[in-house]
Amino acid sequence: MKNIFTALVAGAALMAASGAVAQEIRIGIAQEPSSIDPHFHNLGPNNGFLSHIYERMVEQDSKQRLRPGLAVSWKPISETVWEFKLRKGVKWHDGSPFTADDVVFTAERAVNVPNSPSSFGTYLKGKTFTKIDDYTVHVSTPKPYPLMVTEMSTIMIISKKNAQGAQTKDFNLGPAAIGTGPYKFVKWQKGDVIEFARNDDYWGGRPKWSKVILKPISSAPTRVAALLAGDVDMIDGVPTADIETLKGNPKVKLSQGISNRVIYLHLDQKRDNSPFVTDKNGNPMDKNPLKDVRVRKAISKLINRPAIVEKVMEGIAIPAGQLVSETFFGNTPNLKPEAFDPAAAKKLLGEAGWGDGFGLTIHGPNNRYINDAKIAEAIAQMLTRGGIVTKVVTMPKNVYFKRASRGGPENSPEFSFILVGWGSGTGEASSPLKSLLTTYDKSKGHGASNRGRHSNPKMDALVVQALATVDDAKRKTLLQKATEVGIGEDQGIIPLHYQVNTWATRPGLRYDARTDERTLAMDIKVVK
Amino acid sequence: MSVAMNEGSAPGAAAVRDETPLRRFISDFCESKIAIAGVLGVLLIAIIAIFAPWLSPTNPYDLATVDIMDSRLSPGKQMMSGVTAFLGTDGMGRDMLSAMFYGLRISLGVGVASGFVALCIGVCVGLAAAYFGGRVDMLIMRVVDLQLSFPAILIALILLATLGKGVDKIVIALIVVQWAYFARTVRATAMVERHKEYIEAATCLALSHRRIVFRHLLPNCLPPLIVVGTVQVASAIALEATLSFLGIGLPVTEPSLGLLISNGFEYMLSGKYWISIYPGLALLFTIVSINLVGDRLRDVLNPRLQR
Amino acid sequence: MSVFIIRRLLQSIVVIWVMSLLVFGGVYLIGDPIDMLINPEADQEDIEAAIRALGLDKPIHEQYWYFLANALKGDLGKSFIFSEPALQLILARAPATMELAIVASLMSIMLGIPLGMWAGLKPDSIAGKSIMTGSILGFSLPSFWVGILFIMLFAVMLGVLPAGGRGPTTEFLGLQVSFLSAKGLSHILLPAVNLALFKLSLVIRLSRAGTQEVIHQDYIKFARAKGLSERRIILVHVLKNILIPVVTVIGLEFGSVIAFAVVTETVFAWPGMGKLIIESIDQLDRPVIVAYLMIIVFMFIVINLLVDILYSILDPRVRLQDIRA
Repeated sequence: MKNIFTALVAGAALMAASGAVAQEIRIGIAQEPSSIDPHFHNLGPNNGFLSHIYERMVEQDSKQRLRPGLAVSWKPISETVWEFKLRKGVKWHDGSPFTADDVVFTAERAVNVPNSPSSFGTYLKGKTFTKIDDYTVHVSTPKPYPLMVTEMSTIMIISKKNAQGAQTKDFNLGPAAIGTGPYKFVKWQKGDVIEFARNDDYWGGRPKWSKVILKPISSAPTRVAALLAGDVDMIDGVPTADIETLKGNPKVKLSQGISNRVIYLHLDQKRDNSPFVTDKNGNPMDKNPLKDVRVRKAISKLINRPAIVEKVMEGIAIPAGQLVSETFFGNTPNLKPEAFDPAAAKKLLGEAGWGDGFGLTIHGPNNRYINDAKIAEAIAQMLTRGGIVTKVVTMPKNVYFKRASRGGPENSPEFSFILVGWGSGTGEASSPLKSLLTTYDKSKGHGASNRGRHSNPKMDALVVQALATVDDAKRKTLLQKATEVGIGEDQGIIPLHYQVNTWATRPGLRYDARTDERTLAMDIKVVK
Repeated sequence: MSVAMNEGSAPGAAAVRDETPLRRFISDFCESKIAIAGVLGVLLIAIIAIFAPWLSPTNPYDLATVDIMDSRLSPGKQMMSGVTAFLGTDGMGRDMLSAMFYGLRISLGVGVASGFVALCIGVCVGLAAAYFGGRVDMLIMRVVDLQLSFPAILIALILLATLGKGVDKIVIALIVVQWAYFARTVRATAMVERHKEYIEAATCLALSHRRIVFRHLLPNCLPPLIVVGTVQVASAIALEATLSFLGIGLPVTEPSLGLLISNGFEYMLSGKYWISIYPGLALLFTIVSINLVGDRLRDVLNPRLQR
Repeated sequence: MSVFIIRRLLQSIVVIWVMSLLVFGGVYLIGDPIDMLINPEADQEDIEAAIRALGLDKPIHEQYWYFLANALKGDLGKSFIFSEPALQLILARAPATMELAIVASLMSIMLGIPLGMWAGLKPDSIAGKSIMTGSILGFSLPSFWVGILFIMLFAVMLGVLPAGGRGPTTEFLGLQVSFLSAKGLSHILLPAVNLALFKLSLVIRLSRAGTQEVIHQDYIKFARAKGLSERRIILVHVLKNILIPVVTVIGLEFGSVIAFAVVTETVFAWPGMGKLIIESIDQLDRPVIVAYLMIIVFMFIVINLLVDILYSILDPRVRLQDIRA
């Protein structure tokens, strides 16, 4: 009897599979996740691709605005406690119901993953989770904490029943990889393929694709070729060099969207004898012109941002004047991208006593951001023409970032003038302000990525105040003010442009571009 | 018999007519037309490499004149400075022709310098191993094994990651990865030669070590050495290109041919063929010319090829 | 013979130990993995916690002893990125790379020796010259460039072969292989040819050089005088003698085929060890880099030993005492 039943089920599955071939979607991806364990590694591709399997209490939409996920509503019930009401009727992939126990379990487990190279403790530390009833959770913090909801949008919830005592490998092999998301985990062959199958009982309605196949193809031209050859239906990370031709190709449809990533320059504002600031002939100096705000402003004015966007980025970027673009929380309308103005720059340099110019070396990565090495070279061209003789040194990211952060004596930043990028994972301005512009202070966790060591107590105070203000409108004003001081007045960093990401699909499909650079099968639509 | 023949193994020593060895060598060499083409090619490359600054329409390394606004012009268009870019411009606005001339200079310099130093080191070490045998051989060959057990590309990767970028650094890296090939080849051949009668005869005559090794052993190791040598100069240039493709190697502002190709790599599917194809063809021409000459040299120098 | 092998084995152990020191030191010098691993939004406290979690706060000699002690137990460390034993990660990828390397090596030998002999026997014919010119082209261009040209031509323009990736695998002698199905073959063809090109040229050149030397030797003249058929002379006497350098080179080069698979695998998205190592270097996954290099060293020492033994069988003039010395 049991055998007959198994055979019937198998037969039905076969039929379903053959009928569903057309609903299969194959995606060529630039970067593979490092784990199926959602709490092992706080890394872009993991947070993106695992969203097929797991869900969070609060989700970010394609513009990184917050929307309900596994929680239907939330509110602060006191200065330090937030209440989250959970969605009812949600089932795990194994059929068991989702409750507050799972949330509390997740919060305990996510901070204690053995060997985690980048822990979610970043978002969870100092928070206490309490189950009130099956569908209510309270989260409390010692101090008022306005980023509570934003940070809840980073933690993927796992099933207590299936994941209790589970290790990372239990997720990678499948048994613990049970979520509530629209797709179920099928298999992961590292470097080769990741496969998801449709979750027919998904609370948000039956997902479109019966099967999602992710193919990691790290080389960009190969990825484009795979799409053109029909090996995959969609690719992410379309290189800017190919966009012009792909636009004219009837076999391809492009989707583009601004990302949360700003490309900018850090300038050494701490050392008097900065190692890569020299006189015009390359001799070391004991005076550092980058400490003078007029020089920093002049450098910003010497950079022709529209030219970089048009010529280096082939039109696929947007000139930037601050840390986050217009749709993001904390963007200030008062800061526009600095206009290209060599005459004004010359005047500023003259006023600062550097009318004869000086020498600089710009350091940058060559495999981290879109066209990073070329941007560095274009900037060197522009500054050299403006009298600041600039050399270019680029290196692979694995060598670059250590030296840029801690390559100098006593773990100080090694370089004087660097090209970097920042993607705001939380989707608002406090993250870059706190990491890039506040005074470097280990004990407070401030300025962790402040590689130019910019420091202005006035701005620090504004950021600290913003991070303790729960009221959204007030916090927004504080963040805008902090940005206006840090960039507008001080030119603590020089923003260049916001990256624009491009996806390409075969005709008949459309991808709704996301600012967080994620590639999600849920967002692929069929169009006529 | 063998002794006599090999004693006269210097090119053209078996002069039958009233020719000097050099003239005999030249006339032998010139029997092949394609080899002459190769020599002309190498000469042309050498001239371009040496005189690049005077031959190029623009200086592609001068950041004050290279203009981003000129980027990706198709061949024949005029640049902002008024100079016509006959082969187009690359993604940074460099005139392709000038960039290729300068790039050739760097590629060739890197390939020849590293190949030559590696050959000298490899030959000395390999001959010493084969001739002295015993502990010397054991020690040397274990070091060679050690060296060869590391894939060339990975040593170069690690070396350059620690050394940093620059022409001098890539030459060092290429020497380090190449010398062992020469050593291994020379030793393998010399091992066989060592047991031949002419070496035994030379030893009986109580000739000095140096004389036996360099006058007798070395000339007989030349044919495989030339094969490996030409392959190595070619592969040095290609390896440099591959390292540039992987993002380490030369500084971006002073591209070699290899780096120009890898910069153009991303434009391969975009229809802007000139950015990658022309440096590719220049590289092809360079390596083919070197190899044609190497091939012919080998044929002519080989003492056992009786004609 | 057995004394020779035992001595070589002992030497090999020393070599492996020295390599482990160099590899560990070299990898340590490259950079700091923490910058590659940590989320940029982490603050200083999180970074220090991660450094401790991965054992990177210990001094290098301590990390090395820890590595060595575990390596003796067969544990080459745990990947920072995947949190799985590095050895296991690499071995899971090994069949794909081996398959590619073996197919490429076979291609280069099967095509290279006949072509090289042909060019050597008839050096002045059009075919002979074309073969030599072709062999020059073979190693003239960087393989990544040739690879993308292949993809452009066969996958995008002609649409006859897939652009990359590995085909479906089937089990063969307990290993997952892909060359047994038509689809798998279509996937392996382009990368294998791409990888084989360089070695093919090398084999052609060596075979030709060898052939030309051998046919002028006295014993060949003697064989001709004895009235042996030309076919027998070529197949037995010439072939046997040119096999020596070719076997040496292909043996020595097998390690480098696997290393160069790094580039081919990256271009063709082939899920082998090469792609893993490039990604590991990219993200500074030290345990995987060290384990990979140690495996390559180990493999190479075994190959070297085998080549030396084969050598003595193929060319009796080289006695094992010489090699042992």
